[in-house]
Amino acid sequence: MRSKTEGGEPVTQIGETRRELALDCFLLAGKLLMENGAETYRVEDTMIRMAVSQKMTDSHCFVSPGGLMFSPSNEMATRFVRISSTRTDLARVALVNSVSRKLVAGELTLAEAYEELKIIDRTNYMFNIWLQILAAATASGCFLILLGGSWSDLPFAFIFGGTGFIIVETILEKTRVKFFAEFVGALAIGVFALLAVYSGYGKNLDTIIIGSIMPLVPGLLITNAVRDLMAGHFVSGLSKGAEAFLTAFAIGAGVAIVLSF
Amino acid sequence: MNWPLEAFLSFLAATSFGVMFNTPRRTLLSCGLVGMTGWLIYRTGVILFDDPVQATFAGAFGVALAAHLLAKKFKMPMIIFSVAGIIPLVPGSKAYNAMRNIVENNYLEAITFASEALMISGAVAMGLVFAEVLMQMVFKGMAKRVQKKIGMTQN
Repeated sequence: MRSKTEGGEPVTQIGETRRELALDCFLLAGKLLMENGAETYRVEDTMIRMAVSQKMTDSHCFVSPGGLMFSPSNEMATRFVRISSTRTDLARVALVNSVSRKLVAGELTLAEAYEELKIIDRTNYMFNIWLQILAAATASGCFLILLGGSWSDLPFAFIFGGTGFIIVETILEKTRVKFFAEFVGALAIGVFALLAVYSGYGKNLDTIIIGSIMPLVPGLLITNAVRDLMAGHFVSGLSKGAEAFLTAFAIGAGVAIVLSF
Repeated sequence: MNWPLEAFLSFLAATSFGVMFNTPRRTLLSCGLVGMTGWLIYRTGVILFDDPVQATFAGAFGVALAAHLLAKKFKMPMIIFSVAGIIPLVPGSKAYNAMRNIVENNYLEAITFASEALMISGAVAMGLVFAEVLMQMVFKGMAKRVQKKIGMTQN
């Protein structure tokens, strides 16, 4: 018997259904975390912790931005889950995290944890889209002043920041091509800012554009890339870093086209 | 420089980013506070060191430290608190100026701005890493002390 643990039955003797349930549960937790913007090493850590709490002590898992694999032990089949779409929803990350904490602490049984994860998977926790747009507009306005813009430009940054965010979200929903969405959003912001300055109402083109493109900056990707690289997960770290770089490049290209006129 | 105004604006900006990233509702204010901490440390650093790279390092370090402490307090992943705070430190205006100069064929100017932007992004990364290592050492030490207190041996 390989993975014999104190006070628990060996992993191969756990009933077939229970083992399947455990695997479903871990994989769903990992998938939810990965899809909603958690760091890769953290996803692996969470899955292994959950597995150890269920007496699967020699389990292995490998997580990459494209999919995650989990092997309960050498004798059993490895399961794989593909991650197709990612977005940023930190509320879900926090909820899955708390479910895994409760499972490890023994406050939830495996079946209850799986039910909770399924509920988390189905529920929409996002803020109202209009509130998000308002937030993007507010952030743009704040950055305009923080980066030394003049108060008379505030309404422009506010409106263009919100508009850019709407454009990016709409195109992202229609085409699913992130770089194109960011490119068009930045291009639109640039054109609007140029019009505002040429019409004589806007004062400083540079600060208006910088303030308005701030909501598009890939902040989560940068943070995740750095933390993954430092944890030794070079595959995910580099691919997230490349995504962040390409996003920044798309934004830059959109603005550059406007500036070249 | 108007300190209260900048504090308020950076708080508001970080909270807005919290809304955009859909952080849990009860952590929104903490996200704002982390963002404010980072920005104020950065501005103080610019005045003290007269160098945006060192100031950014200090700001990112402060953000990551605050995020780790809040993560322990709320029992949530650290990333929830750090993301909104990091964004104000990202060298958006340097990158913008670099690109603008490239478009206008001022390549020498562009290289200056681009390398500054690169250094600042590096400083953000290093700030995050240093804070992480520091917190890991502190928490490991604390855990060991607790284990000794309750008479638990390592594994």
